[in-house]
Amino acid sequence: MITVEKLTKQFKGNEVLKGIDLKVEPGEVVAIIGPSGSGKTTLLRCLNLLEVPTSGSIIVGDIKVDLSRSLSQQQRLIRQLRQHVGFVFQNFNLFPHRTALENVIEGPTVVKKMPREQAVELGRVLLAKVGLAGKEDAYPRRLSGGQQQRVAIARALAMEPEVILFDEPTSALDPELVGEVLNTIHALALEKRTMVIVTHEMSFARDVADRVIFIDKGVIVEQGDAKALFANPREERTRQFLERSRN
Amino acid sequence: MIPESLQLALDSAPFLLKGAYYTVGLSLGSMFFGLVLGFGLALMRLSKIWVIRAVARVYVSFFRGTPLLVQLFMIYYGLPDLGIELNAITAALIGLSLNMAAYACEILRAAISSVDKGQWEAAASIGMTRAQTMRRAILPQAARTALPPLGNSFISLVKDTAMAATIQVPEVFRQAQLISSRTLEIFTMYLTVAVIYWVLCSILAHFQNRLEARANRHDVES
Repeated sequence: MITVEKLTKQFKGNEVLKGIDLKVEPGEVVAIIGPSGSGKTTLLRCLNLLEVPTSGSIIVGDIKVDLSRSLSQQQRLIRQLRQHVGFVFQNFNLFPHRTALENVIEGPTVVKKMPREQAVELGRVLLAKVGLAGKEDAYPRRLSGGQQQRVAIARALAMEPEVILFDEPTSALDPELVGEVLNTIHALALEKRTMVIVTHEMSFARDVADRVIFIDKGVIVEQGDAKALFANPREERTRQFLERSRN
Repeated sequence: MIPESLQLALDSAPFLLKGAYYTVGLSLGSMFFGLVLGFGLALMRLSKIWVIRAVARVYVSFFRGTPLLVQLFMIYYGLPDLGIELNAITAALIGLSLNMAAYACEILRAAISSVDKGQWEAAASIGMTRAQTMRRAILPQAARTALPPLGNSFISLVKDTAMAATIQVPEVFRQAQLISSRTLEIFTMYLTVAVIYWVLCSILAHFQNRLEARANRHDVES
């Protein structure tokens, strides 16, 4: 589903990603964990080109973006790729001037040119799916953080993406609102959706992900079956990180 | 004295109305062209290419840094030296538009930059083009920020149209000058004109308030 090869990213000479190779299979849920500054969010943002990698290539489905070629010539390709890759932001990034329903149907109507009635139908179904039936006409400002994040998930789903990327989806939430968002993501995992989740919620990663990737200082230190990796990390750095995040 | 003055105001009404017609026309015209040109300049100011940014910056610097009166004289009295002859109304419309554009550019640029960068990313993440993002996500939010200062500039513009009198545009102030030089009822005449400007600006302020309320709709607690 996703194949990343030799991905590097430099910020002003500072190498944040040092040659990442990554494969995500259809239906797989991958959690990316690691300390702050490890490059895990940068990696996720590179997957749909929100961040422009310095070199390497990214393949999603049959779309390949190659960093050795000029990106301005691949703009159409990048937009196509993004239509197949949903993204859920840490800070939700809902459109504040649009209602919950309008946020959800924005992609289908504007990008996919879906007829409005059909999009509204889809939007209502998706809002109901994330537990927000009845909130269609609410503006984001009137919703709690957890509700906003669930609208954002519905907005990503509305594009019918082949894979959804989550960038620390619960980090900006009050503790009592974390559960509702995690439950929503868990429900998507049960549908066998392909997802990549950057998270600090270790127990969530262990319970929901099929595979866990531990990143530190821009390299993949260790990856493997979620339960096995948490129970029995092979690398010393992974062990230290897991111990610290337990405390 | 009062009825006499009133009589004068009434007698001069057709002339003043004709003048007001030019004042309103000049105002609306240069608002429109100033806004369009100003938006283009704002996009230039936000360009990734430094030459384009520099051109826009010099433009803004010049038109904000020189008196409108001088700009109007350059266009109306100066351009004929270069073989470009414009009638007074066209010259005034161009001058006011170019001037307005400089202010609109800065207002729009600031408003567009004030929109959270997460909004660009959210729009990009669902595959929107830059133009779609601008139209659907950024501009509606930038409008909230831009409306109050734009309203201010528009109100200034309405009053600045009086300067077109100096290049013989028969707008309302010019009419008042002509009438008062004949009737010598100077105070009444200029008071009448002042009221006309006041009414025009009040109408504009009213529309501004309605637009602001509309743009802030989603923000109202209910």
